[in-house]
Amino acid sequence: MSNHNQPDKAELCSLFRRFIAPEFVISDAETLKPYECDGLSMYCEMPLIVVLPETVDQVQEVLRICHRYQIPVVARGAGTGLCAGAMPNATGVVLSLAKFNHILEINSQTRTARLQPGVRNLAISEAAAEYGLYYGPDPSSQIACTIGGNVAENSGGVHCLKYGLTVHNILSVEMITVEGDKILLGSDGLDSCGLDLMALITGSEGLLGVITEIQVKLLPIPEKAQVVMAAFDTVQQAGDAVGGIISNGIIPAGLEMMDTHAIQAAEDFARAGYPKGAQALLLCELDGTTEEVQEYIEQVEKLFLTYGATSIRTSQTEAERALLWKGRKSAFPAVGRISPDYYCMDGTIPRSQLAHVLTEMQTMSEHYQLRVANVFHAGDGNLHPLILFDANVPGEFEKTEEFGGKILELCVAVGGCITGEHGVGIEKIRQMPVQFNQQELQQFNAIKEAFDPKGTLNPGKGIPTLRRCQEYRSIEPSEEVNHG
Amino acid sequence: MADISPQIQQQILDARRDKRQLNIVAGNSKPFMGRQTHADTLNVSQHRGIISYQPVELVLTARSGTPLTEIEALLDEHNQMLAFEPPRFSAHSTIGGTLACNLSGPGRPWSGSIRDHILGVRLINGLGEHLKFGGQVMKNVAGYDVSRLQAGAMGTLGVLTEVSLKVLPKPAAVSTLSWELEAKQAIRMMNELAGKPKPISAACWIEGRLYIRLSGAQSAVDATIKEWHGSEEPDADNLWLALRDQQLSAFQSTDPLWRLSINAAADVAPLDHLSIIDWGGAQRWYRGHQDKYEMETLAERAGGQVSLYTGGDRTADVFHQPVPALQEIQKRIKASFDPDGILNSGRLYSWM
Ligand SMILES: Cc1cc2nc3c(=O)[nH]c(=O)nc-3n(C[C@H](O)[C@H](O)[C@H](O)COP(=O)(O)OP(=O)(O)OC[C@H]3O[C@@H](n4cnc5c(N)ncnc54)[C@H](O)[C@@H]3O)c2cc1C
Repeated sequence: MSNHNQPDKAELCSLFRRFIAPEFVISDAETLKPYECDGLSMYCEMPLIVVLPETVDQVQEVLRICHRYQIPVVARGAGTGLCAGAMPNATGVVLSLAKFNHILEINSQTRTARLQPGVRNLAISEAAAEYGLYYGPDPSSQIACTIGGNVAENSGGVHCLKYGLTVHNILSVEMITVEGDKILLGSDGLDSCGLDLMALITGSEGLLGVITEIQVKLLPIPEKAQVVMAAFDTVQQAGDAVGGIISNGIIPAGLEMMDTHAIQAAEDFARAGYPKGAQALLLCELDGTTEEVQEYIEQVEKLFLTYGATSIRTSQTEAERALLWKGRKSAFPAVGRISPDYYCMDGTIPRSQLAHVLTEMQTMSEHYQLRVANVFHAGDGNLHPLILFDANVPGEFEKTEEFGGKILELCVAVGGCITGEHGVGIEKIRQMPVQFNQQELQQFNAIKEAFDPKGTLNPGKGIPTLRRCQEYRSIEPSEEVNHG
Repeated sequence: MADISPQIQQQILDARRDKRQLNIVAGNSKPFMGRQTHADTLNVSQHRGIISYQPVELVLTARSGTPLTEIEALLDEHNQMLAFEPPRFSAHSTIGGTLACNLSGPGRPWSGSIRDHILGVRLINGLGEHLKFGGQVMKNVAGYDVSRLQAGAMGTLGVLTEVSLKVLPKPAAVSTLSWELEAKQAIRMMNELAGKPKPISAACWIEGRLYIRLSGAQSAVDATIKEWHGSEEPDADNLWLALRDQQLSAFQSTDPLWRLSINAAADVAPLDHLSIIDWGGAQRWYRGHQDKYEMETLAERAGGQVSLYTGGDRTADVFHQPVPALQEIQKRIKASFDPDGILNSGRLYSWM
């Protein structure tokens, strides 16, 4: 890049310090270090500068300055993402939303909450509880991850089969454009006129704008919730049992499966009473009115037995329900204890393909000589294979990545997709062309250009950039940013 | 039952070459929606047929010209449904048109809109490229959500050719309770009841009565009826259908019909003819010759937006005007799909 007026690092810092408290403009290596990666720590990069603005005005001003000098901007919530979406850009600024951690309003009458983007997911439900309300989407990382990050990734959770993903649970989003303009997408109403830009922003991984406020819908806390745990001798039987529940017209609040490796790891970690000899375990949560839960629990217990469950346990107290979930919700760290490192994949498949996909995966596991444990949002087909490896063994991470890539290709081949909820980031950008052809990728890039013509928002993530065809040419390649 | 997408693609390429604009038509059940435009007709009604349906997966894929009646008949056989209760303005309403107009019925606040149930689409953009976005699985966050972006775009971004949807089991039991109430009290009560963990599936207010529909397990519906002491409506199914399809007498007039999509609890100053409150308070219908700009101000004060649904001057803009920054982005998105402005240009807004 040959821009003579380009400020150097020190000049940029002093520009930011004119309106942001000096201690919140970070430029020394030691303080920058914690920002070098997100939850996928295999991908690291040190940023040029990290800023932690405290007001929306400051966010706007940061964006204006970066836009003027074409400096890459990477928005960051809690950094729990699993696709290196929040990994910094070496020549860019990390814009942390950590200071925006206030719940602005909880309206019990309309069952909505207005939130700053840095509010933690769990904090919303905790604050809403006194009104008998909660926020639906519950990623396993909910203690730490932020609502801004959830919108940027369209995060799900174990309850999204019944209650939907982030996109189904938000009403409006305030966003700052790359030029620093503030816009409001959506409204207090349920549908808005014109193009549904809020749908486009949800899951856009910080590539289209920076989210500064979110209005979410809250739900009444169900009268009752109970979970049935069932063990099976084969994955096939467990998969069929899931189909059986759905065919009977029951939509459980959550329906999760674990394979034998995940069961053992989770049990050693959480001591939830999981049967360690089982090949597959199902957790099926039913919620609703007291009468309804009782009715469905009986049906589900019967169905599980019909489909060959070898043991069944139904939670009788809230403490027992929490315990049964604890194993599942801590499956990632649990697997982390039985292996020096693990790599979490995130494909989605049609449920009917589960047994086939797991068998294929076992073959690959033998080929690559790497163990794999599976946790599965069985209700909606979202598979999380956890590949166990040791980063200290030279070449093992590369082998793991290749294995992971093959799993994602398999997901696409059986009619699924490369990511159900963790996003593309940098991690899965190589698999994007497996799911999308050249023209489709070009359409994505054209949408990106509609928001961010110079490509300075989270560059290099989400969508592979191609040489643009004549139709879309609006910038010269030499103007493209970030190559320093 | 035919795939005519190659022909559609050719017609778009021809129009592009000849610099002609096209007006996409399928069942022609909603010519009154959006703005009036003048363009050659691109008829896609023959592009129809259900491509796949797996009841256990809760997923159905159909060509865009497939009539809703055909889809619902098949779902019926497996005791499943389109949970967004698509309105139909004639027997020919298609799934593609329903998506393009983002039409959903009374259950919208609880079971979601068509936008919420969309899993994937195929579409032909203004360059004649046949593209696929999303898929046939419940969760998919690869790339931007172009599928949901089609909801309410009114065909301005492409000709939809295939739609994949999440379908749901029908509830075991449905009942409706009603109370005689003033509009203001009805709005308060709708919001209050919606905050309770009971199986509400719709709430509307029509001509002095509040109606609450309950759907779910028989035991849950029965217990709620006992607790809430409303009078049970005998012929409620027809009421909800008539509300969904705008067949109620309150809809029968040639005066302009306004749709407000606003804060569910908003206290809107009474207009000449307050007709109907739906969606638990979040959708309100008015009849009358109001000024569009004044209606926009009113809607904004109520936290939402207005559109001139039917009647009035349909050569002017009929949907709520976005602020200039949002107009600019929408124009650019339109151009990214349809750089020559061939497809349904002007149908949504005069400026795109
Ligand atoms: C143990 C563990 C369990 C997990 N379980 C789940 C799960 O069950 N379901 C699930 O969906 N995910 C899960 N995740 C992934 C992760 O927690 C989610 O993606 C989460 O939404 C990320 O939030 P964050 O605040 O940490 O965002 P970050 O990691 O900081 O950022 C994520 C992306 O969003 C962008 N971004 C962040 N804030 C903004 C903003 N304000 N404006 C614009 N862009 C922004 C970033 O640029 C980045 O691309 C899990 C992660 C871990 C570590």
